[in-house]
Amino acid sequence: MAKYQIFVTAKKGIFDPAGTISKNALGNLGYEGINDVKIGKFIQMDVDDSVTVEDIEEMCEKLLANPVIEDFTIGAED
Amino acid sequence: MHFGVVSFPGSNCEQDAVHAIRYLGHDASFVWHQERDLSKFDAILLPGGFSYGDYLRCGAVARFSPVMEEVVREAEAGKPIIGICNGFQILTEAHLLPGALIRNVGLKFLCKTVALRLENSVCKWTDAPAGTVYHLPIAHNEGNYICDPDTLKALQDNGQIVLRYCEENGEVLPNSAPNGALDNIAGICNERGNVLGMMPHPERVCDGVAGNRDGVDFFNGIVRMLEGAVL
Repeated sequence: MAKYQIFVTAKKGIFDPAGTISKNALGNLGYEGINDVKIGKFIQMDVDDSVTVEDIEEMCEKLLANPVIEDFTIGAED
Repeated sequence: MHFGVVSFPGSNCEQDAVHAIRYLGHDASFVWHQERDLSKFDAILLPGGFSYGDYLRCGAVARFSPVMEEVVREAEAGKPIIGICNGFQILTEAHLLPGALIRNVGLKFLCKTVALRLENSVCKWTDAPAGTVYHLPIAHNEGNYICDPDTLKALQDNGQIVLRYCEENGEVLPNSAPNGALDNIAGICNERGNVLGMMPHPERVCDGVAGNRDGVDFFNGIVRMLEGAVL
């Protein structure tokens, strides 16, 4: 069994209202030096060992993320 | 002239679409999302709503339903396909149309009648003259059209921009789009002109009950086109 963690966020330049509002709110709270905040999706998958990272990548490109508007990163947990 | 109106779980405009098409004197049938044979239909309509609850992204799951394989095949063969609202979102997710539809720039669900200008395009769904101003209802949360600069240029150069949000007099100003859509885009078609995606709802304004009949052109246009010419 393997566990994968996938983060999906808006591509650079794509409207991310939740991230923008949170960045502004943190500024209002007095926190300085925050250049960017992105709020996206976190997907956790438990899969058999037969499922490869390449398979997960394909799943992201096909369904879990929309490459037109979103970036994704894949992390594996031992 | 027989329209197939696809029902996905969560579609909610398929009844209006079938009503409008029949009101205009054409045939319309519901097509369940599990069906795989669309050969008997002359045109296919993907209706508005919240297919599969809009989970993940609007249209993302509907794109992989069995009927969509056939929609893609028929679209590539030249059959007229129209996606309205959620149907437009599904067409972009299925890569039948470029770009994507993201959250409205004001973060509000928009439900109102807006002015739209018909552009000079290759679209086969309406034969009305470019510059015609329609008043059609919109009802969406994710209607903010976006694509990369190269795609936008291709849409402009190829005459694929079908409808733009405009002012009452037909003038398109930088902020005419209530949802923030790039280049005020409300509807686009593919290069061939047989696949149209639009956020406004023409099916809601065909029988005159809801204010006007500005939606009629979008159904009768394709019927005239199919009856008069080969696509």
